[in-house]
Amino acid sequence: MLEIKNLHARVAEDGTEIIRGLNLTVNKGEVAAIMGPNGSGKSTLSYVLTGRDDYVVTEGDILYNGESILEMDTAERAAAGLFLAFQYPVEIPGVATMQFLKVAMNEQRKLRGEDELTTPEFIRLVREAAGDLKIDMDMLKRPLNVGFSGGEKKRAEILQMALLQPKLCVLDETDSGLDIDALKIVSDGVNALRSPDRAIVVITHYQRLLQHIVPDSVHVLYRGQVIRSGDKDLALELENNGYANIIKNAA
Amino acid sequence: MNMQSMRPITAAEQALVDNFVDRLGSLPGDGAITALRDGFIDDIKQNGLPTRRVEAWHYTDLRNLLKKVPDGGGQADVSAVSPLVPGSDIVSVIDGRALNSDAPEGVSLGYYRDALSEGIAAQRMVLQNADDLIGRLNGAFANDGISLDVEDEVALSDPMEIQVIQGGGQSHSRFPVVIGKGVSGTFIERHISQGDESTLASTITDLHVGDDAHVVWVISQERGLSDTHFGQINIQLGANAKLTLFVANAGGKLVRQEMHINAGGENSELVLRGVNLLGGDSHTDVTMTLDHLVPNCVSTETFRNVVFDRAHGVFQGQIRVAQVAQKTDAKMACNTLLLSDHCDFSSKPELEIFADDVQCGHGATVTDIDENHLFYMKARGIRERKARAMLVKAFIAEIVEELDNEALIEALENRFENWLDAHG
Repeated sequence: MLEIKNLHARVAEDGTEIIRGLNLTVNKGEVAAIMGPNGSGKSTLSYVLTGRDDYVVTEGDILYNGESILEMDTAERAAAGLFLAFQYPVEIPGVATMQFLKVAMNEQRKLRGEDELTTPEFIRLVREAAGDLKIDMDMLKRPLNVGFSGGEKKRAEILQMALLQPKLCVLDETDSGLDIDALKIVSDGVNALRSPDRAIVVITHYQRLLQHIVPDSVHVLYRGQVIRSGDKDLALELENNGYANIIKNAA
Repeated sequence: MNMQSMRPITAAEQALVDNFVDRLGSLPGDGAITALRDGFIDDIKQNGLPTRRVEAWHYTDLRNLLKKVPDGGGQADVSAVSPLVPGSDIVSVIDGRALNSDAPEGVSLGYYRDALSEGIAAQRMVLQNADDLIGRLNGAFANDGISLDVEDEVALSDPMEIQVIQGGGQSHSRFPVVIGKGVSGTFIERHISQGDESTLASTITDLHVGDDAHVVWVISQERGLSDTHFGQINIQLGANAKLTLFVANAGGKLVRQEMHINAGGENSELVLRGVNLLGGDSHTDVTMTLDHLVPNCVSTETFRNVVFDRAHGVFQGQIRVAQVAQKTDAKMACNTLLLSDHCDFSSKPELEIFADDVQCGHGATVTDIDENHLFYMKARGIRERKARAMLVKAFIAEIVEELDNEALIEALENRFENWLDAHG
């Protein structure tokens, strides 16, 4: 589903190279975890995948279902089924959450050539998904993410993911700022979306999240490259021994 | 003779003087009013239109901006339009002539042309300050308008809409409004042009808000791309009165809307909100003076400006707090989104405080659309154009939604949305 081939990417503003020849393949139905120390390029990877202007790809390619997405803009990638759950969801004053959800769902449907949702259909979908994530409907009347707690913001991200039904989900440090209860709710939300035709990429610092969202594969990112891949036991090894050994071996 | 009078007269200034001479015979008024009119046009002739050297007009250099003055009345076929808020009672001035209309119960209407003919309008023809060009222009040329008197304790269930509609040429009208004690009601002043001819209009509203009255007053600028409008509203606020004044500028080529407010009754509250949607080559100036003359009054002023293309915007806000006006609480904010490299917005706050126990503050911001907001929305599949439009709407929605009237909020939001759809 996702094939990243020898990807090189730089910060557009100052030309600093962050991603330096990254290779990664994630198959349909797979949950892949990407781990790595601070500054290894984890968040940059999520931005490059979603097509943020602040980064330029200088070499290599990103294939999604066999086709390059480098020429697609962020909105087109989203409509094609790529979803990024933000590490820091953005607060947008003046835009009610419900309105935002409805516009996003309908814009994606329009880009795919589908009919727009009617209001009753939309409300029903939101009610169901919000209930599963223990999100109060009153919270959704507030401006998007404004005044939401850390946990509420992350749950709102997963709500959007559940409603937009993407094919490839990228979760950028979704566990940061979550207490144990919230971590459980968010993980359950993500697990509910596991399916044979959907791939999920979980970016995280800690093994903690991977106890709840058990990955099929684990990849260690360091200095913009995947330096080691393995199964879920690799995450445990990292938790116990840190990154030092793996980095030394790779060098 | 001073140096200023040596400068050559501009085409626009000469046209105003010629126009005045042509119209003199048909302008209503007794001897005293004719003398006042003469004096005003003489001031314009002697001093010329204000330039950037005149502080009150520093950012709106009329001598340069007002190139042409359209002649006489309009030719186009002009008619009243449906109200902004459905169910409103409408009174109209069309091409400078007040139409016969019905008033709701508790409201009496009058024609300003009668006040001029009878000479009682002379008391109104007072300038706000030494550089009051709008007062002079309107004083010299005004030939009609509508007066509204709302009886004490009347609660108006539907808004009253004053339509000022023009098809071409010039019109100058005046609206004396007296709101009685304890009245509650919503009033909408709309400035509209029809047809393709360029127009020039001046309007002055004299609004007296009685004690304990709760009034919402909306000024909606809806003129076209070649129209000039000089508007002024002069307000007296009674004790315990609450006035929400909402300025909705989304139209016109050259617009100056002045607001002069006297908070003269204790415990009054002024809520001034404004949205300026500016595009094309337009120039829009919103100028406010607010005098806190008595203790314990509250005022807040918030403007949200969205500027496109090569448009220029101006906000001047002057708050003066008299020495006796202790416990005054005044806050002013002017927030601007500049959406092109060729537009600008000038914001000039002025506070003159002579009392020692007050809270007064002001702030101004100028920004572009936040890239983080934009990226987040695009990452959810919302295309750039749509995302930008939503963010601009969100920027102004915050203050529109403060209005405590669903129908009015919807009407204004529709109006802004239509304007943005045409300019986005």
